[in-house]
Amino acid sequence: METLGFLMDGFAVALTPYNLMFALFGAFVGTLIGCLPGLGPANGVAILIPLAFTLGLPPETAMILLTSVYAGAMYGGRISSILLNIPGDEPAMMTCLDGYPMAQKGRAADALAVSAIASFAGGLIGTIGLIMLAPVLAKFALTFGPAEYFALFLLAFATLGGITGKNPVKTVVAAALGIMISTVGIDISTGTQRYTFGVLELYEGIDFILAIVGLFAISELLFFVESRMGRGRDKMNVGKLTLTMKELVMTIPTQLRGGILGFISGVLPGAGASLGSFISYTLEKQVVGKKGKFGEGDIRGVVAPEAGNNGASSGALVPMLTLGVPGSGTTAVLLAMLISLNITPGPLMFTQNADIVWGVIAALLIGNVLLLVLNIPLVGFFVKLLSVPPMYLLPIVTMVAFVGIYSISHSTFDLYFMVAFGVAGYFLRKLEIPLVPIILGLLLGPEMEKNLGHALVLSDGDWSVLWESPLAMGLWIVAGLGLILPYLVGPLLRRRMNAAMKENPVSD
Amino acid sequence: MFIKRTLSFVAAAAVSMSAMAWQPSGKVECLAPADPGGGWDFTCRSVGNVMQTLGLVEGSVQTVNMAGAGGGVAYAHTVSKRAEDNKLLVAASTATTTRLAQKQFPGMDVEMVTWVGALGADYGIIAVGKDSEYQNLNDLMDAVKANPKSVKFAGGSARGGWDHLKVLIAAKASGADKLPAIPYLSYNNGGEAMTQVVGGQVDAFTGDISEATGFMESGDLRVIAVLADERLPGKFHDIPTAKEQGIDAVGPNWRGFYMPKGADEDAQKYWVDAVDTLYASDEWKEVMKSNGLIPFHPPASEFDEFVRNQVKDIETLSREIGLLK
Repeated sequence: METLGFLMDGFAVALTPYNLMFALFGAFVGTLIGCLPGLGPANGVAILIPLAFTLGLPPETAMILLTSVYAGAMYGGRISSILLNIPGDEPAMMTCLDGYPMAQKGRAADALAVSAIASFAGGLIGTIGLIMLAPVLAKFALTFGPAEYFALFLLAFATLGGITGKNPVKTVVAAALGIMISTVGIDISTGTQRYTFGVLELYEGIDFILAIVGLFAISELLFFVESRMGRGRDKMNVGKLTLTMKELVMTIPTQLRGGILGFISGVLPGAGASLGSFISYTLEKQVVGKKGKFGEGDIRGVVAPEAGNNGASSGALVPMLTLGVPGSGTTAVLLAMLISLNITPGPLMFTQNADIVWGVIAALLIGNVLLLVLNIPLVGFFVKLLSVPPMYLLPIVTMVAFVGIYSISHSTFDLYFMVAFGVAGYFLRKLEIPLVPIILGLLLGPEMEKNLGHALVLSDGDWSVLWESPLAMGLWIVAGLGLILPYLVGPLLRRRMNAAMKENPVSD
Repeated sequence: MFIKRTLSFVAAAAVSMSAMAWQPSGKVECLAPADPGGGWDFTCRSVGNVMQTLGLVEGSVQTVNMAGAGGGVAYAHTVSKRAEDNKLLVAASTATTTRLAQKQFPGMDVEMVTWVGALGADYGIIAVGKDSEYQNLNDLMDAVKANPKSVKFAGGSARGGWDHLKVLIAAKASGADKLPAIPYLSYNNGGEAMTQVVGGQVDAFTGDISEATGFMESGDLRVIAVLADERLPGKFHDIPTAKEQGIDAVGPNWRGFYMPKGADEDAQKYWVDAVDTLYASDEWKEVMKSNGLIPFHPPASEFDEFVRNQVKDIETLSREIGLLK
């Protein structure tokens, strides 16, 4: 009941015209970012961070904007999957399987509509799950001491490679890079300076917002400049909507299954939305069995992964908000934003910053409705935007990034730093080193170090404290599984994913 | 309103009388050595507003944010590039003196600027969880004296930072030795540290009274001592001071200003007097009240000495815990 009261207060925050405007804007931009191939939700949120600073938004509005972008990107990813057979982002990969065949049969409009509805259902189920699970977990988190937190961060790192990580060595390299960057500056547990070389600007460490905007947004610009200079795509034809009520009703069980499965895989650290959509699709195929025509344009093959990835996107917010440990790349970026707004995620946030937490959760619910409304009638508009040449988008993004970063600290030094990170990000991506583990290393490394130090101070140097409590022990076991399982199950899953992809004629 | 304005006019006139030779003309700059939103930024903005209302400045007071190295970037800027600027004030606090004492601003020391004055403070406290066995500061310090490792403290500053130093100041005043052995866990902010104390993982919290208000009112945290000379006003009146418990420990986190040392003597005098006038005004009292600042204002002639002493004390303490060689 208490939760309901908080949620009502959250609606009061989210429904102010000012916040509603930003939620709508975020949902719109998010969808756009999601449907542009290559621009995933993490990049989308990273690109919008400077805008929040440029406009000097209050914390709750900034978070509402970014979570709307996040939800929007999850919706948008399906558009290019269906129309072009190119996933707009990784979680939308499974949507290609049946979405594109549907489009080829002239049912593109139906696929887009039904997937929008599935996204809505998934998002709704995920957000309801978040509302029920988060406050419980937040209370539980009060019992976490340094040893338990250490084990939890270990778990986050262990599952980092996750199931979709392609090359474990590169993931480790990336995480190590992130941790190395995070050691610059004063070490709070000893009070000594590390790697500052007497440069005053480095004394407070490297602001991870700089690193995020540089690595994601600026490197994205460089990529765009390199590969997509020139004109946009040809205009595409969406066709007429022929979706019947009967078909829609038939997909309801699929939507429920997909949303719930997605939510669960979102809550698990490291798994995230890609796994959510994959599991939902696979399960749906099992459940429906031979009756379905999966891979040839079965409507349920579009519904399942979309419900799954949107459910997962809300699920991934659970560990981020309650424990301060992100469940995916995008939530890591959101976490960084929270920290730089001077809000510490964790059990305290649910009481001390209740307006922000519940405002954001309410905004997710409202955002889902907005997105549904945006996505059904306006789908033609987004399709048109797909054919806008990037040369018009690039200067705007660049400008916003620079102005935003400058307005945080008024330091030109930070701008140089951001550009340096952008160039580094470009080369890292060329080397196929993933960027998300860098951010996670940067965010979680110091926390893990701090908690290790604290645990050892409390136990007077006895290392066994790290696994003494049953809770810590449990986390160690899950971490162990998280580290080993991907090696056993991962290749199998990936082979299946690839096999599933190959069953379809891939044409552009 | 009319009377108020007349009064402030008289006050301003009194200031200008005593500093006939110099008066700020045009824009005055207040340097906040951190990002917008923090304590230093607040000092600049609120003081700027009140100075304009009181007519202490002719034009406007512009707040300029210059973050970096916990104030080191702004300190270096003041010392090297603005050494003779008559119209520059820089916000400072105990964090500034702590870093100066610990040589965290390389090649710079407390002598290189003029310390203008303080405008209030946030006082240090020591608190325990509601179920703690320690009822007062003496209980706690007796346990520390018996075994320095027996009480674990958590605070929101780095090791050697102000929150840590407050524990050491109190422990030293109570006669404890082996200061470096007292366990101190540093968190990113006071809130995170309090969660651990409320959750029962750590024994005691060290921080400022403004941070602890929420948990104190909810009953989760018991404040066993405030490190002030006298009991604090208002709702904090029930908290005993360390002094009345027989432990002579004071830890004000003051807010104030420094300015370039090379500025004209008349200008320096003008700003010292201006801060006095501001502190005495009703407008400023209102700002202090609405922002939880507690009165703290050493007389103009003593502020410079107060800062030097604080730096010296912190330096000694930092040596004792091995942070400075």
